Order: sequence, then structure tokens, then C-alpha cells
Amino acid sequence: MTTHSFTRRLVLSRSSALIGAAASGALLPALSLAQTGKVRVGLMLPYTGTYAALGVAIENGFRLAIDEQGGKLGGRDIEWFKVDDESNPAKAVENTNKLVQRDKVDVLIGTVHSGVAMGMLKVARESGTLLIIPNAGFNSATGALCAPNVFRTSFTSWQTSYPMGKVLADRKLKKVVTITWKYAFGEESVAAFSEGLTKAGGKVVKELWVPFPNVEFQALLTEIASLKPDAVFAFFAGAGAAKFVKDYAAAGLKGKIPLFGSGFLTDGVLEAQGAAADGLETTLHYGDGIDTPRNNAFRLAYAKAYKLQPDVYAVQGYDAGLLYASGMKAVKGNTGDKAALIAALEKSKIDSPRGPWTLSRAHNPVQNIYLRKVVGHENHVTSVAAKALADPAPGCKM
Amino acid sequence: MEFLIQLLNGVQYGLLLFLLASGLTLIFGIMGVVNLAHGSFYMLGAYLGYALSTQFGSLTLAIIGGAILAVAFGWALEWLLFRHFYERDHLDQVLLTFGLIYIFEELRSILWGDDVHSMPIPDLLSASIPLTENLSYPVYRLFISGVCIALALALYLLIAKTRLGMKIRAGAFNRDMTEALGINIKLIHAVVFALGIGLAAVAGIIAAPIASVYPNMGSQVLIMCFVVVVIGGIGSVRGALISALLVGLVDTFGKVWLSSVSGMLVYALMAIVLLWKPEGLFKQ
Repeated sequence: MTTHSFTRRLVLSRSSALIGAAASGALLPALSLAQTGKVRVGLMLPYTGTYAALGVAIENGFRLAIDEQGGKLGGRDIEWFKVDDESNPAKAVENTNKLVQRDKVDVLIGTVHSGVAMGMLKVARESGTLLIIPNAGFNSATGALCAPNVFRTSFTSWQTSYPMGKVLADRKLKKVVTITWKYAFGEESVAAFSEGLTKAGGKVVKELWVPFPNVEFQALLTEIASLKPDAVFAFFAGAGAAKFVKDYAAAGLKGKIPLFGSGFLTDGVLEAQGAAADGLETTLHYGDGIDTPRNNAFRLAYAKAYKLQPDVYAVQGYDAGLLYASGMKAVKGNTGDKAALIAALEKSKIDSPRGPWTLSRAHNPVQNIYLRKVVGHENHVTSVAAKALADPAPGCKM
Repeated sequence: MEFLIQLLNGVQYGLLLFLLASGLTLIFGIMGVVNLAHGSFYMLGAYLGYALSTQFGSLTLAIIGGAILAVAFGWALEWLLFRHFYERDHLDQVLLTFGLIYIFEELRSILWGDDVHSMPIPDLLSASIPLTENLSYPVYRLFISGVCIALALALYLLIAKTRLGMKIRAGAFNRDMTEALGINIKLIHAVVFALGIGLAAVAGIIAAPIASVYPNMGSQVLIMCFVVVVIGGIGSVRGALISALLVGLVDTFGKVWLSSVSGMLVYALMAIVLLWKPEGLFKQ
């Protein structure tokens, strides 16, 4: 019975698609358009809201990478389409469809917020549109929900938090309290940290949760003070991170119970955090003071182009540009042959400012995770916390 | 001891919510205008405070200057836009104020950019009082509570004890009759509106040193404001105070005792209150 209805639906949808294409007379022109017209690049990023600055940094990085290749992709000009995702998961599918169905983009670039990226992933899996995720680190995008047409140039939440567990255990900080926003990325970060800590012989004594995007921490800081753990591990980002670090210091906890986190705790908000962030140690795949010619050249070019210092988000956007440009170069701009493009993307070796990386079988970077320490207004890289760390990608069948 | 500290946390958060919601309940309750842009005035206040305090290096000047500018801005907006919407449908008002949210966000982006900023706490208030061996309470948070209590008291006296307050209440009760008695209701409305905007902006300024200043900060507090106003009873300043304290306490103890579901507790509280008293605790 199920088989029957399934096939009927399939036939219906396929024939209606055919009829639709034929009726609009788009079938043949569409094919030739794919070879010679402009490449349609769809950016779906937050341009308003808490993550607005991140969206802009990603777009800047992406454009810089392509400008450095002469402003073309595989020899073809580019037509840009932009949608503000507002970091609103409720509108994610609708917003993605604007780019996929209305604008018929060849590639989707986005986004920052994991919940929104989840919606984009759903549309990409259904429509087969190429999706490159330049930030959102929820594990399943390159795990249980991995797909041939979905790539990521950033990290998984697992990668950014797992190494910190061992760092703390090695320092004999074994009783740890975690605190984060109650949403997918926060939960995954804490789970990964907890996994790393437990493996190294430590223990998470209590998990504390804040509803996203609430920034009223006072009650939980009081709770931390009374629990008296060896250390605290936190995931927050953006304005929430700025406020948490300041509140932590204002509550008198700084210097008494050491605070650690994944790098988002101090990235892009150091100016706002001021002295409250001094000495904070975090783990991330990028940081300040990576003194390689590659990184220095990138930083100079970015600063010159945008009169801004690049951050980790700019690097991820830049790498998304490098990845797509290298794939398009390999297939000479032929977006029609998806399988060839995907194969080319998979083989890409990205010479990134963060250090060279390749893609795992699940399409996520295999990369170094650095331990960084806040000195002045910089997240200074002090050591490599985990070398060429690949996400385990549980549940990915590729 | 810990319970007492958490009680303090809850009351302090509640008082801040009251300051935010009082302006909304005035505009919503007395003038019948649904003002979705209320959170934006909070944000503009915070940015204004940030700009003024970096300019003059003084929080007192930032509060006074910010309040004056905000009231003037509110007055101008009332004259330009809102007075043409009193007689209109709530939906029109929603559309107007929803549009204003976007305009104010863009204005903020043009004037101050999209970065997160911090506003320094003045030296006089930057100390912390040690409560336990590893926890201290920032004096500035107590200062905020003090300002909130003072403003609540002033608001109560203004509405309950002064001639202007009497006119405001009369206007809210029966607009036509009040006008027929020779009271300039247009002026009253302009005053109330400007006052409401001023309250939101002051809340933004004094919260900025602990909340940081960031894009879209208004939209987060807007929902909480509506929750407070709805629980308290639309238009009731006293209701807003009690309901803000209630929300503050539920949120604080919810986070501690029911950490993983704390996000919905406040809304559950609202649902329960509305089931029990559909018009809120203190319907006027």
C-alpha cells in the first residue's frame, strides 16, 4: 500500500515538474543557460539582529576570495542574490525557497544560526541545490543528515568543544559546571566538551541552561558560586557572550573559579568585554597571531578591502569562496554537471588562513583546533589543542 | 543564604522589567495604541546612552541628556505619526509600529554600526559587595533597582495624586466626555506618549552598562514587556509592577530549579493568569 502511494506520488511529481518545465518553455534554454549565463550565487545570511556583524563578515570574506580569482567563477560572471535570514528559524524554509525557487540560484551560501541552517539543509536536500555552510556548526549537517550536495567550511560544534575537555583534565580541573543557551548548538557543545572531559578522567557535575537568546545570567551565576566547581565551561556567542563574561567578572567569580569556553565566547566581542575577558582561554579553529605568510597576506588584503580586521567568520566566508571557486575552476564553470562539481569540491585542498585543510567524507573540514588566550584585545594562539581533528560524523552514510 | 540572593536577583530583574513595561502599559492602556516599537526605544536609549557617555564621560549626564532627547523625540513622533492613528484600527497601529522597528534598526545601523558595545559603569558605582566567599553583588545592579523604585513611585504619584494624572485617567476612561469638559486631550496624549518613550529610553540607558549595547536588543525585551503588561492588566501601572516582580521571580527561580525548561515558565505563568483572570491581575 505504501509502495503504491509512494510511486504514484513520485510519478505525479515528476510529470508535473516536466509539464511545468515544458509549459514555460524553459527546458532547453535552462540547460544552455547553465553553461554560459551568469553564475547565480545566493547568500542567505543574517543582516539584521544579534548576528548581523557575522553575516557581513562572511559575505566580505566570500567576496574577497572570489575577487582574488578575478571576480569570476570558472570563467563566468556572477549574479548575486541576497536574503536576510534574520536568524529566524521559523522563516528558514520560506527564505531558502526564495533563493532556490524564485531566484533559481546555483549555490546557496548560509548561514550563521544553526536552526536556520537546519531549514536550509532541508530545502537543499530536497531540491539538490548545492549548499555551502560558512558557519552554523550543528553536528548533524555533516553527520546523520549529511548529503552529497552539502558542504561546510567552518566547524562542527563537536570540534570546537571536544578538545577543551582534555585541556581541563590535564590541568587537574576535573569537577566542571557547564552553562549555555538551551538550543541545538549549545547542547552539542556541552555534550562534546563533556565527552572530552569524561574520556580524560573528569566529570561534569552540573549542566546549567539559559533559554535562547535570554541574557539574564545573574541567577545561574549565583548557582555556580554555591556549587564551587573546579572550573566552568561556557558556550555563548555575540552579545550574549559579551554580557556573560562581564557578568561573570562582576559577580566576583573571575579569579576564583576559572572560566573556559569554545572560542565564540571571546570572538568579535573582546572590545565590549574589556578587562573582564583578560586571560580567558578558549578553543577554536582560528585565532590571532597565527604568523604564517598565508594568514598575514589574507589579513592585509581583508583590511585593505573593508577597512576592518577580519575575524573567524570572515575566514570561514573566505574559505567558502575558495572552496566554491576551486570546484568551479575544476569543472570550468559547468554547473550543469552536479556530480562532477561535487567530486571536484570533495577533492579541494583549501589553503586557508587558519592553516591548510581538506574535507572529511562527511564534507566537514579536517583541521587544527587551537588553544587561545585573551591578551590585550586579541585571542592569541598559544598551542594546538588538537591536530588535524576530524569530526566523527556519527550516522553519516556517505 | 543562597535563596535570599536568588530572591534579590529576581526582584532586581523584575524591577528592570517594570521600568521597561511601564511605558508600554501607559501608551497601550491609556491611549489604546499598540506600540510594537517600544523595544526599539529601549534600544535607541541604550545607544544614545552609550554615545552620550563616551562623549561626556558621565552617566548622570547621559541619563539626563538621553531622557530629554527621548522625550523630545517621542513628542515629535506623536505629532508626526501617532496622533493620526488613535482612531484607527489596532491593525493599522501594528503595521505602523512594526515598520518603525525596521526604520529604527536601520537608523541605529547607520548612526552607530552593528557592533556590540559596552558602556563603562561609573567609578562611584563600580564596586561589588561580597555576599559569600566567592560571590559578590555589583553595586550598579542595586543602583538600577533604586532608580526603578524611584521612578515607580514618581509614576504612581503623578497618576494618582496630581491634576495632570487625573486628566490622564479621565481621558483613558472616557475620551469624548473629557474633551467636552474642556480638557485638551490632544496635549494629554502627547504628554503620555512622550513620557512612555522617555521611560523606555531611560530603561535602555541605565541597563546598558550591565546589558551591553547591541543591535536588535529591543526585540528581546519587547516580548517580555508584553507578557508583563498582559499579566498585570492592560493600562494598570500597579499591575505592571506586581506582574514584573512575579515574572522576575519565576524566571530567576525557574532557571535555578527547572533549568532545562526555564524558557517556557514565564509563558506558562501568563497562560495560567489569563485562564484565571482573562483581563490580567489588575484590569483598570
